Amino acid sequence: MKTKLKLTKVKIIRQREIAPGVFVLSFIRPWDFTAGQVVGLAGNENDEARLYSIASGELDEEVDILYNINPEGKLTPWMAQLNTADTLWVSEPFGSFKGDGEPAWWIASGTGIAPFVSMFRTGLHKNKKIIHGGRDLHSFYFNEIIEPELKENYIRCCSRENSPEVFHGRITQYLKEQTSLPTNEKYYLCGSAEMVVDARDILIEKGIPFNNIISEIYF
Amino acid sequence: MSTVKEPLFGKSKDELTQLSTDLGLPAYTGGQLAYWLYKTDVDSFDLMTNISKKTRALISEHYVLGINPPVSVKESVDGTKKYLFNAGNGKFIEAAYIPDGKRHTLCVSSQVGCKMGCLFCMTGKQGFQGQLSPGEILNQLRSIPERALVTNIVYMGMGEPFDNLQSVMKSSAILTAEYGFAISVRKVTVSTIGIIPAMKVFLEESKCNLAVSLHTPFEDERRKLMPVQNVYPIKEVIDTITKYDIGKYRRVSIEYIMFKDVNDTRRHVNELARLLNKVNCRINLIRFHSIPGTPLESSSEETILDFQKALNAKGIVTTLRASRGQDIEAACGLLSTKELVKKKKDSNLITE
Repeated sequence: MKTKLKLTKVKIIRQREIAPGVFVLSFIRPWDFTAGQVVGLAGNENDEARLYSIASGELDEEVDILYNINPEGKLTPWMAQLNTADTLWVSEPFGSFKGDGEPAWWIASGTGIAPFVSMFRTGLHKNKKIIHGGRDLHSFYFNEIIEPELKENYIRCCSRENSPEVFHGRITQYLKEQTSLPTNEKYYLCGSAEMVVDARDILIEKGIPFNNIISEIYF
Repeated sequence: MSTVKEPLFGKSKDELTQLSTDLGLPAYTGGQLAYWLYKTDVDSFDLMTNISKKTRALISEHYVLGINPPVSVKESVDGTKKYLFNAGNGKFIEAAYIPDGKRHTLCVSSQVGCKMGCLFCMTGKQGFQGQLSPGEILNQLRSIPERALVTNIVYMGMGEPFDNLQSVMKSSAILTAEYGFAISVRKVTVSTIGIIPAMKVFLEESKCNLAVSLHTPFEDERRKLMPVQNVYPIKEVIDTITKYDIGKYRRVSIEYIMFKDVNDTRRHVNELARLLNKVNCRINLIRFHSIPGTPLESSSEETILDFQKALNAKGIVTTLRASRGQDIEAACGLLSTKELVKKKKDSNLITE
């Protein structure tokens, strides 16, 4: 089936496996974008593009794409084999899941942290709280840059493993245990449909107006 | 070692012909199979009487029919019926049959659960469990007792059809093909929240009707109700539609659920008129059917009727959809197999 996003070819300059099955792929930035936006990626010009959030900052020279291998998909197993100087088809950036300078909660599961990493690297993290959910202790991608800056405002919710640094449990459990969530701040959610929908229900139950909840779902 | 046999139901006539010749059978066997699959209610190879016994045995060695009756049905006081299907691997889906005078509509699901997470939808609350194949979509029509009565098909059940484009394109092609169910393209509607790339493919390659869930013309309001707005804004969805020749053969309708104090003011009427200015479409207003834990409420009847009148006065044909099957949770936005998903998860935990 033909693609309906306009794609251009880019050359990969680096590919790193940052956790088992999880990669960061980089290419030279061909356009300007706003932190939080997505791009379409495909192996061929005529393939159906899949959407990924950009994980690098607005002023960085390189664009980073954080992804994990979906064994049932076609694109990510192929992408994971790419090396420096291989090519990939990319759309222009688009989307309006954008952060701003106001205090807010950034809540993500898995690779859903990507748009927040982009906002973080753009310098929007000063008055933010990041809640990141993952299964294992190695699931907290980019913790090496987030933790030193945000300290106690960076909560890692780990469902399968435990350590003194993490909250042992899911994001939803963490949110349920909170007794005074500010109702006038914005809550940004990004990740799987299941996490976003469940977390949104809990926030609403805790009195956050739905107007203050902004979600991005990976599909 | 046993291998899982592929189902025949959901394959196009070309595919049936190809697999017949691959088995060393005459090409016309494909046409015979298409006839039995799509024109009759036969549910066993044994009943395909114009195909020789030997040929039937050969086919059934390699394939199963793939026609599965619903596992349960609930009937509403208004005659609406909700069918539950087991799509295998703990996947359950629902379809709603809505008789209304001469029009008998079947609302089919395209996915198990949904990834789109709209704030007002019950299906969204169960997350996403899987895609349906073309056969699993068509089986919702083939396997119900009212099959022959159905005049209209709407892809408005569980799931976002354009997140499962290939199955939706293929199933709608079989629905409308002469060799298939032979339903007119004017009687088939695919409903989307506006996934633009897939919608373009649909508009180019299918002649079926399109319905777009709009729910508010204002960007900032819409992103709070429908996360997809962040990626595919409604203005771009509408701009895209205007580039196609709509209205002559194909109908585009705009779905608009009425939420109290959220999207039901004069400001919304004016902006809707501006947004839809260049599109030949009609608006369907829908009463909101409340779901647990929602911060939203339905607009009052008076507000809804006023809203409808105001839009009609602006020259936009606006209808109010009757709420059907509310007592059996078959009405718009209420389809869900969440409890069954939960049960499956719990039983996995016990056996793990």
